[in-house]
Amino acid sequence: MALTKADIAERLSNKFGFNKREAKEMVDLFFEEIITGIVKYGKLKLSGFGNFLTRDKRSRPGRNPKTGEEVEISARRVVIFHAGQKLKSRVEQYAGRNSSQGQQDDQFTSYTE
Amino acid sequence: MIKSDLIAIMAGKLTHLSEKDVALSVNEMTEYMSDALSSGERIEIRGFGSFSLHHRLPRKAHNPKTGEPVMTEEKYSPHFKPGKELREFVDASRLKESGSPFGGDDSSSF
Repeated sequence: MALTKADIAERLSNKFGFNKREAKEMVDLFFEEIITGIVKYGKLKLSGFGNFLTRDKRSRPGRNPKTGEEVEISARRVVIFHAGQKLKSRVEQYAGRNSSQGQQDDQFTSYTE
Repeated sequence: MIKSDLIAIMAGKLTHLSEKDVALSVNEMTEYMSDALSSGERIEIRGFGSFSLHHRLPRKAHNPKTGEPVMTEEKYSPHFKPGKELREFVDASRLKESGSPFGGDDSSSF
């Protein structure tokens, strides 16, 4: 269960009375323009949420984790996200809630491609 | 680029809405995403990427002022994994520029 564009669109409909098409248009445009902004300016700041920035990486030696074979990781430009102070401190409070239940939530350690 | 620039660009394309309405929507979207993450829910936006929480274990640290050793508390921190489309667009922008700042992985630029 993860939050998706459909959920965000529904939230906008409920909150502002957008119809389905308008809400979808808003959400699609939001993420499209964030991508365009990151690509064009190399830096996008969403106050209260966090900053996206791009970084150029040199090529470096690496390994295929499956076979152990040495491969060269090519030079590339990557996106990095830094959560803002507000988001970080809100997220940190989640730790207390989770451990008080005395359970590990493996949802956060699973990586899906 | 900052949030108000993003809002202005979006408002320019959503001609039926005022810039103020777009600003309200953008703030609502980031607020909703923050709510989700801080209640431990992942966010998955196809093409853009996913936000999740990474668990940080307690570790030994020092008070930078006094040098006194302390243990940090376990916590969660937000993590973003860029999606395929975003990764490819960003990397393509590197190749479009005339010269890479590091000279790329080519041995020579002569």
